[in-house]
Amino acid sequence: MPFSVQNLACQRADRLIFEKLSFTLAPGEAIWVQGRNGVGKSSLLRICARLLRPAAGQICWQGEDIFKDAEVYGAASHYVGHQDALKSVMTVRENISFWAEYHGAADVDTALQDFELEKLADTPAGLLSQGQKKRSNLARLAASQATLWILDEPLSALDRHFIELFRERLRRHLEAGGMALFATHQDLGLAGIRHIDLDGGGG
Amino acid sequence: MNRFLKLVRRDLTLALRQGSAVTLSLSFFVMTVVLFPLGVGPELGVLARIGPGVLWVAALLACLLTLDRMFQADFEDGSLDLLLIGPLPVEMLVLAKVLAHWLTSILPLILITPILGLSLNLPLDGILALTLALLLGTPTLSLIGAVGAALTVAMRRGGVLLSLLVLPLYIPVLIFGVAAVEAAISMLPATPHLLLLGGISLGALVVGPLAAAAALRLSLS
Repeated sequence: MPFSVQNLACQRADRLIFEKLSFTLAPGEAIWVQGRNGVGKSSLLRICARLLRPAAGQICWQGEDIFKDAEVYGAASHYVGHQDALKSVMTVRENISFWAEYHGAADVDTALQDFELEKLADTPAGLLSQGQKKRSNLARLAASQATLWILDEPLSALDRHFIELFRERLRRHLEAGGMALFATHQDLGLAGIRHIDLDGGGG
Repeated sequence: MNRFLKLVRRDLTLALRQGSAVTLSLSFFVMTVVLFPLGVGPELGVLARIGPGVLWVAALLACLLTLDRMFQADFEDGSLDLLLIGPLPVEMLVLAKVLAHWLTSILPLILITPILGLSLNLPLDGILALTLALLLGTPTLSLIGAVGAALTVAMRRGGVLLSLLVLPLYIPVLIFGVAAVEAAISMLPATPHLLLLGGISLGALVVGPLAAAAALRLSLS
């Protein structure tokens, strides 16, 4: 399996948030992480993105521990979190192309089109609304050409139309053999998405 | 390497567009140095005596002024998370940040130092030695500063703590930096002091990124 999680446990301060969580992800698959607030959805995603260390367990990418083989995994995965990582004095296009080139690929124009950002491309990111920032962030993800998408609340601040666009982009990503791990409160309604419910343990 | 340069270029672009980092440290440096003749009086002998020390201390403090922003701007908007998990090793990421900080906040100070040296009545030999000493010694300031900046990145108002952490470590640079200039003024060889400054910088080049990378991982986990 390209991406596998075994017996993962997460501890924040002295509190055990979850333990014995195992799942795998194959090309073309997506996993929807569900659960109440505070149940550890963001922590799980942050661990998978290597932003947090797990208390126990192992995460492997192509058979290698992701904390050991940082360079390969860093190029193969891309994380979109709550913060927008946009520089207010740079334009939308500059922001997206920096991250895309930083990850080694740049198809910025297509990514801008995917999220209908062409008209905003030369606007400084500081002038964007919350929803536009979120779309720029998702465009950064689409431009990165990473295989594994790790998405924490990708739909917040998006209206119905852009949720639809995102769903479409995610579907194409999965069809092309990509993988995704995401936490949302809405059902994306895509076929073939597996669930992990952190309220009731792994599944 | 490519990613390293991209990151440096992005930081330089940001510094140029925001303009605050360059102007802040530069104007602070100039103001501090110019205040001294007003404070101690315009006696040329006294000014030449305290000149090297004044310029070095002002450079240390000006460096400190911009140090806390080294990682903080990226931390606040979430860019630092992405940089840490990106394909560039964290040590190289630190080095790119240090290089950008040095180019934007310290190099302008070095460039203006000859003029300030003249205004403090330093002889030409002294000015030459001072500029060389600053070139060799200031990379240490950014490199050691990066460790402090990484440790305090997640703290609100970490600037004070950063100064307390970092300033004591700047003392060797200050001592040898001033000694080089004083040696040059009194017609003694300044080379040993300059070599020591270069040596300290090389040492900091090895230890700084490693320590700062560890500190970044620690303060973000």
